[in-house]
Amino acid sequence: MSDAAMTKQAGMDVAIQIIGMHKWYGDFHVLKDINLTVERGERIVVCGPSGSGKSTMIRCINRLEEHQQGQIIVDGIELTNDVKKIDEIRREVGMVFQHFNLFPHLTVLKNCTLAPIWVRKTPKKEAEATAMKFLERVKIPEQAMKYPGQLSGGQQQRVAIARSLCMNPRIMLFDEPTSALDPEMISEVLDTMISLAEEGMTMICVTHEMGFAKTVADRVIFMDAGEIIEQAPPAEFFENPQSDRTKLFLSQILHNA
Amino acid sequence: MAIVKTERHPDLPPPTSQTGVIGWMRENLFSSPLNIVLTLVAGYVSWVALSSLISYAFIDANFAGTTREDCTGSGACWVFIKMRFGQIMYGFYPEEERWRVDVGYVLVAIGLFFVLSDVVKDKKWPAIYLFGFVPVACYILFSGGYFGLEHVETAQWGGLFLTLVLASVSIFVSLPLGIVLALGRRSSMPVVRMICVGFIEFVRGVPLITVLFMASVMLPLFLPEGVNFDKLVRALVGMSLFASAYMAEVVRGGLQAIPKGQMEAAKSLGLGYWQAMGFIILPQALKISIPSIVNTFIGLFKDTTLVLIIGLLDLLSIVKSGTTDKEWIGMAQEGYIFVAAVFFVFCFGMSRYSIWLENKLHTGHKR
Ligand SMILES: Nc1ncnc2c1ncn2[C@@H]1O[C@H](COP(=O)(O)OP(=O)(O)OP(=O)(O)O)[C@@H](O)[C@H]1O
Ligand SMILES: [Mg+2]
Repeated sequence: MSDAAMTKQAGMDVAIQIIGMHKWYGDFHVLKDINLTVERGERIVVCGPSGSGKSTMIRCINRLEEHQQGQIIVDGIELTNDVKKIDEIRREVGMVFQHFNLFPHLTVLKNCTLAPIWVRKTPKKEAEATAMKFLERVKIPEQAMKYPGQLSGGQQQRVAIARSLCMNPRIMLFDEPTSALDPEMISEVLDTMISLAEEGMTMICVTHEMGFAKTVADRVIFMDAGEIIEQAPPAEFFENPQSDRTKLFLSQILHNA
Repeated sequence: MAIVKTERHPDLPPPTSQTGVIGWMRENLFSSPLNIVLTLVAGYVSWVALSSLISYAFIDANFAGTTREDCTGSGACWVFIKMRFGQIMYGFYPEEERWRVDVGYVLVAIGLFFVLSDVVKDKKWPAIYLFGFVPVACYILFSGGYFGLEHVETAQWGGLFLTLVLASVSIFVSLPLGIVLALGRRSSMPVVRMICVGFIEFVRGVPLITVLFMASVMLPLFLPEGVNFDKLVRALVGMSLFASAYMAEVVRGGLQAIPKGQMEAAKSLGLGYWQAMGFIILPQALKISIPSIVNTFIGLFKDTTLVLIIGLLDLLSIVKSGTTDKEWIGMAQEGYIFVAAVFFVFCFGMSRYSIWLENKLHTGHKR
């Protein structure tokens, strides 16, 4: 017990820690005093109105965006301008984008093996075996030799998830992974994400899929105008929201759903 | 009452009236009365033009003989080209050494075949051969001075041989240099960016003739006494730098067309800048730039004729000087038609290859 407490104190159980983080685009203050601690294995859903800074926040975690104030510590490594550390963090943090961002000139298999081969220096055969394993997990091994342009949206997004998993990340970031998909393809992607969550992957997921939040999330975070307004376990968040902005947002989103 | 179809319809070939030559002609040439008239008129005009060209160039043309007096037919006097063929092909390259140029051609042709066609999948060795071995081998062959090969001054190089040397060297240099300049122009480092922008804008702002002129006449004035580059080398440097600036803009256009998400995805997988550029961004950017890149190559190929003004005897200028020979006065028409035909063969070849390459690289994501 004391061992666990000690490691926790040493930060071993903390996957991501954001302390007093601010970000500006020019004069525009996008992120205001963000404080967030994500434990290893925790599944977090981030929601909030359009333009509230959700994407910007999770993109700061793998330094696709630069923050100007405060600290971001990922896996015990603080994000600074040190390129080595940025690369180290990016190797451990996978990201899935709204528009998939698959590499259209490479086959599905090559999409999945490129980074393991060149970044992790995995031998080609081994990388291909790993890729096939993950393609099987997302249930599209038969598409391995196709090009992304020949797949449906849902299939492309599952390839994108497999591509990230091939790097064996410890943390996965999802930025609205289902909002560019047709309704009938959403569930196939969500199922993949749920099975990932069940395996204990640390996940931060920006999504408006409230069903997913209810079943999977350990914590729901609500952002508005660049601030974290409310965080709570899903049951509490949906049953008993505290702030008026949250209530308004929930009433709108549940209405539309 | 519900209607349920129980049998599957078999796949049938498309109706013949819509495919094949007949279908194509019906759709494109004879689809309406106006189209029929236009087709007939255009057909008649091309027939008249083509038939007179054919009778001038082939049927009534003169091929036999050795002097202009042998040209008795009303058509072209190809005897002129025939008698000067050696010079047109090689300039004043010594006749007994011309096999060296031919060997060089063969080496290049083998390399081009394996790099450009898809008979071999893995292009690593063909590329090393073509871009590593061939340039060195050709330099040794053409210029001589090694392995007992007699040295041949570049002043003696000429004709189609010189044109091909100018075109291939500047193509060979301008593509990689253009890529570097394009990346530099988009770099986040201000000094790198400024140097690249400055170079590109300066070179694009002046005509090639002045670049060549500066390279051949002005440059020696700035260089210290005794330091003297070969005239051909100066022309090659001028042309290559000029072409690089254009290539840089072409490549930059391609780079800009790649969505930002591609770079972000590459970064999020841990790829570094050069890896992301080399594996993800450049292959896509170059692919969409193929038509403009080949366009620049074709322009460059034709621009080689401008070296005339600094006294190099390329294909055009050697033919032109031939027409001023008093034994062959009045052969300008034949000379220029021949030059035009040679240029056309090369440029059309490049153009067709680029179309083939585009189709080959098409991976079905443009929908
Ligand atoms: N590169 C940029 N330059 C300037 N402003 C930006 C930039 N990117 C985003 N913004 C602004 O920052 C704010 C937050 O953007 P962000 O993309 O993080 O919102 P979001 O919460 O993800 O919204 P959505 O649900 O629509 O994706 C928005 O007001 C947006 O206009
Ligand atoms: Mg967003």
